[in-house]
Amino acid sequence: MINLQGYGPRLLEGAWVTFELAVLSLIVAVILGLLTASAKLSRNRLVHGIGTLYTTLIRGVPDLVLMMLLFYGGQIGINMLTDQLYEAFDIDIFINVNAFIAGVVTIGLIFGAYMGETFRGAFQSVEEGQMEAARAYGMSDWLAFRRIRFPLMMRHALPGIGNNWMVLLKTTALVSIIGLTDMVRVAAEATKATHEPFLFMVPVAMTYLLIATLSEWIFSRLAKRYNAGFGETH
Amino acid sequence: MEALTTWWTELLGGNAIFTANTLEFYWNGLTTTIQLVFLSLLIGILLAVPLAIGRGSKHPWIRMPIYAYTYVFRGTPLLIQLYLVYYGVVFFEGIQESMFWPIFREAFYPALMAFTLNTAAYTTEIFRGAIKNTAKGEIEAARAYGMSKPLMLRRIVLPSAFRRALPAYGNEVIFMLHASAVASVVTIMDLTGAAYYVYARFYAPFQAFIFVALIYLCLTFSVMFVFRRLERRLLAHLRPREG
Repeated sequence: MINLQGYGPRLLEGAWVTFELAVLSLIVAVILGLLTASAKLSRNRLVHGIGTLYTTLIRGVPDLVLMMLLFYGGQIGINMLTDQLYEAFDIDIFINVNAFIAGVVTIGLIFGAYMGETFRGAFQSVEEGQMEAARAYGMSDWLAFRRIRFPLMMRHALPGIGNNWMVLLKTTALVSIIGLTDMVRVAAEATKATHEPFLFMVPVAMTYLLIATLSEWIFSRLAKRYNAGFGETH
Repeated sequence: MEALTTWWTELLGGNAIFTANTLEFYWNGLTTTIQLVFLSLLIGILLAVPLAIGRGSKHPWIRMPIYAYTYVFRGTPLLIQLYLVYYGVVFFEGIQESMFWPIFREAFYPALMAFTLNTAAYTTEIFRGAIKNTAKGEIEAARAYGMSKPLMLRRIVLPSAFRRALPAYGNEVIFMLHASAVASVVTIMDLTGAAYYVYARFYAPFQAFIFVALIYLCLTFSVMFVFRRLERRLLAHLRPREG
């Protein structure tokens, strides 16, 4: 067995941080993506404009720059906000920006924009007749969304979500730069201390490959499920 | 209008951050980023063309190693690839005594190497998809003309595949531009590195990072504009006819 020079447990903890971070950001990204897609499909011009501005800005700037802006700027921004609260309403609170939450929020915010584009395309490919039928059955908007629009949309969205998830997983490596102890950071620290880059970086790279391969399998299972009744086309 | 000018001059007058000195940092960062991205894309595309052809080879001994290469490089974060090359380059036997050491001692070249390997992997898959989608009739026609395989590749398959790959390749260029921000981690003063320096020196995250975000945004839009023009020219035959 390879000798990880005592860094083994910390690498495992780091791997768990990476995994948690990726899954939580995915959830944030999906929720934001659904909201963005609805905004971009809205007839209200202001809402539409906000959705477009959000996706354009986020997709035009590197992830790392956004991460640094939100992480280093976030604390100052929140402090300014709480200061104003104190001056205006005499409410004295102090919010400390937690690196993990900042990471989740940032990655969620970035991939919400990508998910928004994916969902928008998918929503548009749901036939109007399906929604008309749902309304004819007397379904409320929410019920029609849950039972008709969402499952039909997922069939088209799933390949895009899969791609976004793969990119998101790799983007989590960037949080090591802003100070979160994920597995990349542990490996980088271990490399600097021992001068053995291959010993630590190769297992980390293999872990990413393993998660990617596993998720590919899960997504192919999901695709089968959402393609039920449409033949084995995709 | 006048109010706007006074506001503008006041803003510039009261600004201690964007002096000629820091703007020079940003400017040097911009040139470093463009050099790094342009060179890695250029070398990457030169590597990707033969790799994409080999990726569709009948011989598993050619096809499989290329597949393994693209799978690994597309499945792992660029940051790890960068660390591996940056910290791993000294482990090559005798490199410190060779004539290449002055080159590899600087962070720029390991970073260039990591970026090149990364973009070559993505570009290989883009080209391979485009080559695979060549219309059957075109290949049959080329065969009917008695073209040899290399000639067919050069005259028929590659020119049309490049055109079809253009939109996806445009995305790859933007992806590479954004991914190059990690170069700042290995002490390279690229755009992001410059922004971080300004942030750290003045403790002004908003100014430092929003300014650099705007530069990246301009770069992204320029790349998108160029590719849209290229697509309009080179893919004109695929557009639905007007009128």
